[in-house]
Amino acid sequence: MLLVAGVVWAMAGEFSSSLPRAELWRMVREGVAGYTAVKGQEAGELIQASGETWRQLRNGPLFTGGAIVLGGTLALLALFYLLRGQVKLEKPRTGIKILRWNLGERMLHWFVAVLFIILTVTGLTLLYGKAVLLPWLGKAQFAYWAQLAKWLHNISGPLFIAGLVPMILIWFKDNLWRPGIDWAWFKALGGLVGRAHPPAERMNAGEKGWFWLLMTVGALLSITGLLLDLPLFGLERESMQMIHLIHGVSAFLVIAGALGHIYIGTIGTEGALEGMIHGEVDLSWARQHHDLWLEALEKEGRFSLAKSDTRIERPESFFKPEK
Amino acid sequence: MARMKFLCDDERCIECNACVTACKNENEVPWGVNRRRVVTINDGQAGEKSISVACMHCTDPPCAAVCPVDCFYITEDGLVLHDKDICIGCGYCFYACPFGAPQFPQDGAFGVRGKMDKCTFCAGGPEEDNSEEEFKKYGRNRLAEGKLPLCAEMCSTKALLAGDGDIIADIFRDRVVRRADRDEKPATATAPWGWGKAYGDKSS
Repeated sequence: MLLVAGVVWAMAGEFSSSLPRAELWRMVREGVAGYTAVKGQEAGELIQASGETWRQLRNGPLFTGGAIVLGGTLALLALFYLLRGQVKLEKPRTGIKILRWNLGERMLHWFVAVLFIILTVTGLTLLYGKAVLLPWLGKAQFAYWAQLAKWLHNISGPLFIAGLVPMILIWFKDNLWRPGIDWAWFKALGGLVGRAHPPAERMNAGEKGWFWLLMTVGALLSITGLLLDLPLFGLERESMQMIHLIHGVSAFLVIAGALGHIYIGTIGTEGALEGMIHGEVDLSWARQHHDLWLEALEKEGRFSLAKSDTRIERPESFFKPEK
Repeated sequence: MARMKFLCDDERCIECNACVTACKNENEVPWGVNRRRVVTINDGQAGEKSISVACMHCTDPPCAAVCPVDCFYITEDGLVLHDKDICIGCGYCFYACPFGAPQFPQDGAFGVRGKMDKCTFCAGGPEEDNSEEEFKKYGRNRLAEGKLPLCAEMCSTKALLAGDGDIIADIFRDRVVRRADRDEKPATATAPWGWGKAYGDKSS
């Protein structure tokens, strides 16, 4: 083996020295830069080879993989809805309202949510618009929308990050992992399947999972987005290609998570959306879905089942509780 | 129709940058944009080689493959041109292009890219041939006037050739044969620089 390798090596050496020009152009193909009087980033590089790889990955696995992830998530949710239907309130509504999300939390949630939707729609336009929208909008119309989409995507990104950071701050404590409670919640599949009701605190394990997905993959998405947003940083093409792919993959993961989150928060669970709209949930809902949270509130004396007309306020929250 | 190609003979290019200047002048290219550049490998050392490079008008253009708005089109002459009314300045073509051809004038704050600009093989754009609008957006349409790109036309050593791919390949082949008689070992330069990448020429 070694002998063969040695012979090949010697032959290769002889070959390259006998063909200095071939050696030179091989260097160029590998991206060795030369001198150029023209000013500009990477102007001295004659051939950049990574562009072809990026093209193949973007138009291939990212394009198809993303479609499978999003289509698959939607299909699973639809199937789940058909099989399980909405998770209904088991006890009738009491009419007693408990403050679950204060005004600041709700404003922050919807601020981030609206930006997320804008970013998703505009981002998907850049990857799938050519295949999906262009054929029926026509080139000129589609270009008009794509131009707007690019602009919206570029300015919504930094605003989204501006919303994500305070989210970490105000919901960090509620989302700390509590192995005993949270594993049990996952084992019982959150009560989504079957009739078991695993106990949960203010945030159940599913909500915590979504929170941490946003704070990790979502953070990666944000950072790569900023780098792509600002060509000012002077990153080379090879870095931008890699950053773009990371941005794409993390975007699909977060969008898939968001689809699940939207499903559970709206048609999937009776009485959940009203909490994020009006701030208050019904006592029956709180008892069914977040019993430990309710108990804790009661223990802290902020709420009494005996005097159950008392409204609960959450002064420990980041924002001032509303009246 | 002919399949138009560029060919740069590195044995002849003397790095005078006249092609770069000619291009800028003929097409009135905006500041900061260079459709063509000359790169010298091993500059200042014995055996240095120079290549003049611009858009090579590839057979399977990566720029067009990744363009999210499909602004590229390929002419009957095999030229890869683009429509600036469609372009959104995303920069994807610049990421994908092996030759660094797409250029972006800065448009507004934070380094936001304007509409892409690149070599048109002096063939203008989708507007009416030699209209004022076409000139403003893409520069001169010399092909419509029956002329070849100015960079190649005025190359003093005829290192840069532009035209029907078959004809310029023949010229190059003829040169290679003569050079083989003259000095170097044969078969070291049977295919022009960049042709394998741009046109999928297996012989290079």
